[in-house]
Amino acid sequence: MKAIEAKNITHHYGKITAVDDLSFTVGEGELFGFIGPDGAGKTTLFRIAATLIIPSGGRMTLFGLNVVSGFRELRNHIGYMPGRFSLYQDLTVEENLRFYATIFGTTIKENYYLIEPIYRQIEPFKKRRAGQLSGGMKQKLALSCALIHKPRVLILDEPTTGVDAVSRTEFWEMLEGLKEEGITIIVSTPYMDEALRCDRIALMQQGRLMGIDTPAAIRSAYGRKLWSVSHPERYRLLLALRKMPQVAASEPFGDSVHMTLHEGAIPEDVRRMLDEAGIHDAAINEATPGIEDVFLELMKKEVRRSEV
Amino acid sequence: MEREKVIEVKDLVKRFGAFTANDRLTFDVYRGEIFGFLGANGAGKTTAMRILCGLSRPTSGRVLVAGIDASRRPEEIKKRIGYMSQRFSLYEDLTVRENIELYGGIYGMAMKEILPRREALLERLDFTSYGDTLIRALPLGLKQKLAFAVAVFHDPGIVFLDEPTSGVDPVTRRQFWEMIYETASRGITVFVTTHYMDEAEYCDRITIMSEGRIVALDTPSALLRQYGTKSVEELFVKIARPQRNTV
Repeated sequence: MKAIEAKNITHHYGKITAVDDLSFTVGEGELFGFIGPDGAGKTTLFRIAATLIIPSGGRMTLFGLNVVSGFRELRNHIGYMPGRFSLYQDLTVEENLRFYATIFGTTIKENYYLIEPIYRQIEPFKKRRAGQLSGGMKQKLALSCALIHKPRVLILDEPTTGVDAVSRTEFWEMLEGLKEEGITIIVSTPYMDEALRCDRIALMQQGRLMGIDTPAAIRSAYGRKLWSVSHPERYRLLLALRKMPQVAASEPFGDSVHMTLHEGAIPEDVRRMLDEAGIHDAAINEATPGIEDVFLELMKKEVRRSEV
Repeated sequence: MEREKVIEVKDLVKRFGAFTANDRLTFDVYRGEIFGFLGANGAGKTTAMRILCGLSRPTSGRVLVAGIDASRRPEEIKKRIGYMSQRFSLYEDLTVRENIELYGGIYGMAMKEILPRREALLERLDFTSYGDTLIRALPLGLKQKLAFAVAVFHDPGIVFLDEPTSGVDPVTRRQFWEMIYETASRGITVFVTTHYMDEAEYCDRITIMSEGRIVALDTPSALLRQYGTKSVEELFVKIARPQRNTV
């Protein structure tokens, strides 16, 4: 049985289509990422999966139970962490955790082993009110509360947004630990680099799925040669590349510019033209496409498709 | 050639009671530079940035922003800088044109100066068709681009950007950084914080803060060489992790 099966899931808010005809499956024990910017529809999709809103159309089941008709039963199996911190700010760390355990008819003790690696880090502060915690601590408490009833699936809506790179790395390490416990995890993020930590990812943009696959397969589907061009005067370099007929696309990318060339053009042409433009000794190397390069490519295709 | 310093910070200390948020920070930022300000949550970035923007005074140390002393005349600093963040940028209930007008006015520009520049700006941003649209009806990406353009509308010497690209799509993020390059090439200093570690590589120099102190300050490539790391992300995780476990 699949952990999640979605078929033609659609959701409208008035005239706005937030989620547009999505179909996908998530296997049991999979760590599955939804990658996309704000407004892609990630939160709406996750709320549907968490049985919090009823989709306008389509059908979704978790472990064979329908999210609409089976929501009562399903809620025992779902751990949901919304994007906005939503624990009780006036309760202490320990009180919050006990509260969540109680409403799910369990105790902290019963499933302590599951949350231990995470909760242990905030346990020294268990008498502190949740509202007084730092961002990283809040995130750990929220995850502990979402886990305390030992759910079969964790639904994590942008758990790492606005969190610094150190805490983000730690958070993903925690998710890997939970995956080993057999828990299915769906997680959304706007950070493309985090995609590499998932078993499979779905790239989302404007309510639609642009691609679903393993991160490696998504990257290898890039399909053309990508070049990295670097020169200390980056802005001049970029403007010069934009003017060249041989260059199909050029985008700033970290300390260099990522460029693709039109059919038949070679990097030597570019180097020569840069020289003529007074930009000497630019380094041009072949680059490995990242998830973000693929995302950019797919976004452009989507735009073309919608314009047809 | 001596480069012009736009920000000079020497032994900046900021305490809140017994807590030292900024512990003897010393750095300079030059004219036209893109300066990345990184650090873990709680490292003291926001405190330092508030002082640089004239919103808070240092406990001790010397802070000059555009030649103005932050301890003595913080109000003067506010006039000479631009600021944008994701949380506070534009007024949702005003149109694009009204927002530009409002900001121009706040920064003391005359209406006869504002109007032609506003139209030129809309043209340049390809925003002409949105001129009379309410901000709340704009997609996030356009909002962020406009917010940045408004922050530099009065030609400040420095613009402070606090996580300007949080949550925006990668295409807009790239366009946003092109706007930053363009702004810096006009001689405006760009001081930026971000959680996107790849964005740190767009900066001329970066500083990494940890527990109130500056633990690294150099060009991204020099820092990668120095610490033997392949990416800024790796570097950050290596040196920005707090020593004592404060979680």
